[in-house]
Amino acid sequence: MIRSTIFCILTLYPISCIQATPSIPNILGNNLIDQTCKKTPYYDLCIQTLVSCPESFHTDLEGLAKITVGAIAQKASAALRRIETILTKKEHSKPAVREALNACASRYRAVVEQDVPETLMSLRTGNYKFASRGTNDAATEAMSCEEDFAAGESPLSDLNVAVHDVSVVAAAIVQAVIES
Amino acid sequence: MADLRNPILPVADPAYIPIPDDDTTTNLGRRFSTRNYSNKLLSSLFTGLILVGLLLAMGNKKSTHTSIPVEEDKILTQPPMSRGKPLGVSEKSNQQLTMRDYEWNDMMLSWQRTAFHFQPKNNWMNDPNGPLFYKGWYHFFYQYNPNGAVWGDIVWGHAVSKDLIRWTHLPLSMIADQWYDVNGVWTGSATFLVDGKIAMLYTGSTNESVQVQCLAYPANHDDPLLLDWVKYSGNPVLVPPPGIGPKDFRDPTTAWMTSTGKWRFSIGSKIHRKGIALIYDTQDFIHYEQLNVTLHGVQGTGMWECVDFYPVSTTHSDGLDTSANGPDVKHVLKASLDDDRHDYYALGNYQEETGEWVPDNPEIDVGIGIRYDYGVFYASKTFYDPIKKRRVLWGWVGEMDSEAADVKKGWASLQGFPRTVAMDTKTGINLIQWPVEEVESLRLRKQEFKDVELKPGMVAPLDIQFGASQLDIVAEFELQKEVVLNSTTFDEEFSCSESKGAAHRGALGPFGILVLSEESLIEKTPVYFYIVKAKNGTLSTFFCADQSRSSLATDVNKLIYGSYVPTLEGEKYSMRILVDHSIVESFAQGGRTVITSRIYPTKAINENAKLFLFNNATEAGIKTSLQVWQMNSANVPASKSTKGGPKLDIVIFFSLLYLVLNFDQFCDKSLGFHF
Repeated sequence: MIRSTIFCILTLYPISCIQATPSIPNILGNNLIDQTCKKTPYYDLCIQTLVSCPESFHTDLEGLAKITVGAIAQKASAALRRIETILTKKEHSKPAVREALNACASRYRAVVEQDVPETLMSLRTGNYKFASRGTNDAATEAMSCEEDFAAGESPLSDLNVAVHDVSVVAAAIVQAVIES
Repeated sequence: MADLRNPILPVADPAYIPIPDDDTTTNLGRRFSTRNYSNKLLSSLFTGLILVGLLLAMGNKKSTHTSIPVEEDKILTQPPMSRGKPLGVSEKSNQQLTMRDYEWNDMMLSWQRTAFHFQPKNNWMNDPNGPLFYKGWYHFFYQYNPNGAVWGDIVWGHAVSKDLIRWTHLPLSMIADQWYDVNGVWTGSATFLVDGKIAMLYTGSTNESVQVQCLAYPANHDDPLLLDWVKYSGNPVLVPPPGIGPKDFRDPTTAWMTSTGKWRFSIGSKIHRKGIALIYDTQDFIHYEQLNVTLHGVQGTGMWECVDFYPVSTTHSDGLDTSANGPDVKHVLKASLDDDRHDYYALGNYQEETGEWVPDNPEIDVGIGIRYDYGVFYASKTFYDPIKKRRVLWGWVGEMDSEAADVKKGWASLQGFPRTVAMDTKTGINLIQWPVEEVESLRLRKQEFKDVELKPGMVAPLDIQFGASQLDIVAEFELQKEVVLNSTTFDEEFSCSESKGAAHRGALGPFGILVLSEESLIEKTPVYFYIVKAKNGTLSTFFCADQSRSSLATDVNKLIYGSYVPTLEGEKYSMRILVDHSIVESFAQGGRTVITSRIYPTKAINENAKLFLFNNATEAGIKTSLQVWQMNSANVPASKSTKGGPKLDIVIFFSLLYLVLNFDQFCDKSLGFHF
């Protein structure tokens, strides 16, 4: 719960999630979240991501998109932290793994420093196709990071999947914004 | 879900039947290098899969072919399907490719930069803006981010050229320095006033992210370079009208003169799901009157960005001034659809009295019909060139690789090679696009291949004496007539994007050219025709470009693009391809259908990029003749053919001469070589 609160606060533009422990919401009563998540390929993840941020109950479709982008930022940052930890601890002395981790670091830096700001700016100004580009790219970066490793050697699988999937959700919500 | 593929692919794609052992010398004396693949297992598996393909093609879904041992995709019938945009489908394969195989290194990334397409020195670019010809110079403005390789901080870049190919970059013409454009100096268009002065209308994104229209004009009309621009002190001149959302109001067009003496222009927008083109009249570009009708609208198409509206002659292929009208004139209405990021156009009639435009064929109306380009091409804009009497089309060609790679290489996006657009007077229902004639000034050496015959399943390497990264290719193909007449494979429902690309074998296709291909074909980009025969014997032509095997990298676009292309009685299948490093532009039937592709090979770069002919049809042989030109770089002056030019050659010659004459001395010094 605390982690979810943190990602809300980390969202670069003001969507403030103040409550530490939101009460279990009546999801069925909030049509927008349900309708929106139905347009994404990962309904459960979408619900979970949005519901963790209480602000999602009082915002519009664009706001929901921003919340999911905040989740991308949070998970990508977590990936960067784990990469740094592994590299400094020198646990993996395999050059191939270290190389892959460095490449992944570039990818996740691109997600945090390029994709996320581009997407938020695009949503803010209404030039939405760049939000589509940013969220789709985040998914590509995560997937490519996973594929940089030989099978079974990735120490980032859970985070790669997390970033990929939440980015796909965000991209679908952005498309819903474009088509609204 | 995951596409389980054997990680170690055979060296050659066995979907292409091996070329027979004996050399196929053609009557031009050129020997095609043959490769000897003897793999009977692959041949029999392949034969079985032809049957599979044919059965599927005939709509037969019964699994009568279960007895054929289809080993898990050793044979290439299913290319690694990437939808480009991961939509919940994991793209994991159990490839054992390690990072080292294709990690984006400086060599691969620097190869991607083009030789003769417009791009700034670095950073991000998108829409073309306000293209015009003035006092001897072609001017090009563009959406630019001076701070990075991603969209943001948008300002107007500026460049000039005498020939649309060799560009001189100038300082930024407009920056985001006003409250009304602080969040973006967005797209706009130029209008030449009656006295020859220029009025530039553009969209500003305000400090509150409202989209407004603003007027700018050259500070000094005597300056042919139009270096400095002034923003009208009373900006914005237009704000979103009632009923239009504050973020649904952008990209004003060039204005055209009406018979009442007023200027008229259009701005794209939407009302709910209906994309529309609003129209305004003005006399001074400061005061505006919105017409109570729209120029046009189409339900279900969403936001119309970068609307363009211009006349074309129905009788000749010269361009027309934007204000032209008359009995032999039709008007093109074009919109960039935000929904799918494609540019659509339609032909129709403009009725000035009512202010409306009516499509010739509502079934292929704007947004639901023809596209300028079936690949990567958006936010396009035309301008009239009064010197050469042509209408020229610019279009933004974005990147199809990952953001991380763009950051690494320090730039993103290109402009398409400028094209002329005109009515296709032979069909009357579509436009023709063709690279501007100045492209021929880039041509250097030429190689010709005449009457090359390829049986079904053949791949033939073309022995090009120069690099294959900068080419102009003109090719004509014919199918074996008797095979076409007698073929009983009918009426396949075909679409390039839903096919298996060049691995999708039919009776009469695919056949074409492999560009940017590695010698072993582990990376290749097929550009090809696919012919479908209907039960009544009529043939339909499809033209496709297949990115699915263009690169070993996993973070690049692997889609297959293309479309139906009208082919008239007696016409051969013709294609023209401009290859310029990471951009490939393919034109079919003289420019009736165009596909722009972005290609990012990891191996097929520099001297390892090769060219092949291929015929992957199952029944028909093909005969083809082609011309391949080596293309110069636009950064090299036209008279020189090598990078250093004759001066460098002279220096090298005398250096070598000196070396040879004094070789003893050099041997004594430990330079590591001895004669």
